[in-house]
Amino acid sequence: MRVGIPRTLSYFTFYPLWKPFFETLGAEVIVSPESNKELLDDGVRNTVTDACVPIKLFHGHVAALIDKVDILFMPRLVSLDGKSTLCPKFLGLPDMVKYSIAGLPEIIENRLDLKKGKMELYRFLYGIGRRFTANRLKIMHAIYRAKYNFANYRKLLFKGLTPVEAFACLEGGQEPSVQLIDGALKLAVVGYPYNLYDNFISIGLLTKLRRYGVQVVTPEMVPDKEMKRLSKKLRKNLFWYYSNQVVWAAIYYLEDKNLDGIIHLTAFGCGPDSMTNKIIELECKAKKVPFITVSIDEHTGEAGVETRVEAFVDLIKRKKGMV
Amino acid sequence: MKITFPYMGTSHLVISFFLKELGHEIVYPPVPSQKTLSLGVKYAPEFACLPFKILLGTYLEALELGADTILTSGGCGPCRAGYYGEIHRRILHDLGYPVKMIILEPPLVSPRDFLHQLAELVRPKGWLNFAKQFRIAWAKLKVLDELESTLHKLRPLALSKQEITKVYEEGLELIDQARSVKEVKAALEEALSRLHNVPIDPYCQPLKVGLIGEIYVVLEPFANHDVEKLLGEMGVYVHRSIFLMNWTRDNAFGYGEKDVRAAAVPYLNQLVGGHGQNSIGEVVRYAEQGFDGVIHLAPFTCIPEIVSKSIMPAVSRDKGIPVLTLFLDEQTGQAGIQTRLEAFLDLLRQKRMKQEAS
Ligand code: SF4
Ligand code: SF4
Repeated sequence: MRVGIPRTLSYFTFYPLWKPFFETLGAEVIVSPESNKELLDDGVRNTVTDACVPIKLFHGHVAALIDKVDILFMPRLVSLDGKSTLCPKFLGLPDMVKYSIAGLPEIIENRLDLKKGKMELYRFLYGIGRRFTANRLKIMHAIYRAKYNFANYRKLLFKGLTPVEAFACLEGGQEPSVQLIDGALKLAVVGYPYNLYDNFISIGLLTKLRRYGVQVVTPEMVPDKEMKRLSKKLRKNLFWYYSNQVVWAAIYYLEDKNLDGIIHLTAFGCGPDSMTNKIIELECKAKKVPFITVSIDEHTGEAGVETRVEAFVDLIKRKKGMV
Repeated sequence: MKITFPYMGTSHLVISFFLKELGHEIVYPPVPSQKTLSLGVKYAPEFACLPFKILLGTYLEALELGADTILTSGGCGPCRAGYYGEIHRRILHDLGYPVKMIILEPPLVSPRDFLHQLAELVRPKGWLNFAKQFRIAWAKLKVLDELESTLHKLRPLALSKQEITKVYEEGLELIDQARSVKEVKAALEEALSRLHNVPIDPYCQPLKVGLIGEIYVVLEPFANHDVEKLLGEMGVYVHRSIFLMNWTRDNAFGYGEKDVRAAAVPYLNQLVGGHGQNSIGEVVRYAEQGFDGVIHLAPFTCIPEIVSKSIMPAVSRDKGIPVLTLFLDEQTGQAGIQTRLEAFLDLLRQKRMKQEAS
């Protein structure tokens, strides 16, 4: 059986969990191609005009998988930490897709809601496993392997690898050494994983910054313990999982004396980010840390982003007397 | 403490009454206008939803009038509205207003916070007075809803639309002046009988349209360009799905209209915040009740309603009921809305004629 996983949204958070899980169950995992212009155009055609770019792109990824898989993995992710929920668009995602794209294969749309208790992840995975095999042991084995791989993945992130680098590493690639140049600028790039690590959406932002010799840190690299501490810092947390991660990470990096600036990457039409962005902007202002927002939409050109980011880096360098 | 509060439909009548009777000095914000919106747009994040911007504009206007405290509601998500207060506070402080915000969180979410905030409001005249005034305010909320729904029924039939609007406004005035539960009831009787005295055309069979969507733009005439009145004056019976009371009740006690949601389940089996799931369920129910069409209002970038809009075409097709979705933002003009409404009503009339012919 071929299981299709769209290469966007929760992919960047959970792929190392899903992949060994399905493979141990004996399925073949097929991931949609890397995001590109055609996928996005396809997504735009299939969604309401008012949706945000990542949701449109998701529709494109789903459409790209239609004839290639027997079953489509599109779970309804409701809560990942037992407290917040995901953005309402994640909550309604399976329904949005079902009523927007015709000719879909069978769908795995199980609900993952950790508000229901700690065992929910097991129940969720077990429920999915039953669709592939009646053998309980086999399912337990798949869950075990998935969690093991996932734990390794998280360790790589905390070392400073991006998810995409970590994926490659888990597949047997070389662990890229994260080398620090003395006196390099340190910038926190915050935003949702499906924007940051999708080279097409972010227009290669991370790679570009590294090319300028900048040390880049992102929310995924903040240790769990720190996130937990920061989750008690705001007078009221946001309601959305990824948004909280972004805000907490920004606050975490702002505590670092060596941080030189923050870039918030946000997608056109994102509702939660209208709030996230304001909080980060004002936190940076209070700490006098340089801050810019890079906002991307269907038409953002590479050149525009490049000039903005370059100007930002130059500004910081000048401020530090580096040029 | 000079306290102010945002507008939403007729709720200000009750809120201002309540605050005054609790012994507070009130700063009445100006009724939202283009100027309010421009102010809000100027200082709000670009993709904040329309209600956020209107509220921010209202606060800025009230602060200019001398307010130093803002009373507003909180919430627990998953939608943005519950976080408005926090961001409003940050923005206002950043602009240099040392304003104090009293954000009432739903009592069941955080009882301690709620009581704490409440105690502050109750302080000047004590709890006994609070209990008394609460009953009156509650009664007012109920009768305001009743008066409005009667207006909705009669407006399309009224011979003079101007007159009925005037009579309705007089009714609001009567209710506003009532100072006891008994007076509230009497005011309602009087207002209703006046409404019923406006001459109507009893043979008129108006088109029946349901009005659904995000609560603020459904309830606040400034945000929806007075769509109810527009429709009523075009001779359409508008049934609004949301009233103050069902909102107050749902939010205070944490349960919702279960059957509306149940109707949505085949299409959207998940709460998505705001009124997203309700919107789906209500279309199903309006179809079952023989309505001619549904008008679906949502602020631009509204997350739950984007979800519901994606699913809407399927519901509309399955149930055979036309749905017009209007996304509203600061660029929306009344002329544009009017044209789209007229085209939609034409479609409904044709549909009805076809049905009657067959
Ligand atoms: S968080 Fe923003 S970008 Fe992500 S799905 Fe929601 S609206 Fe879209
Ligand atoms: S329901 Fe829509 S308009 Fe209301 S707060 Fe949520 S996103 Fe904004």
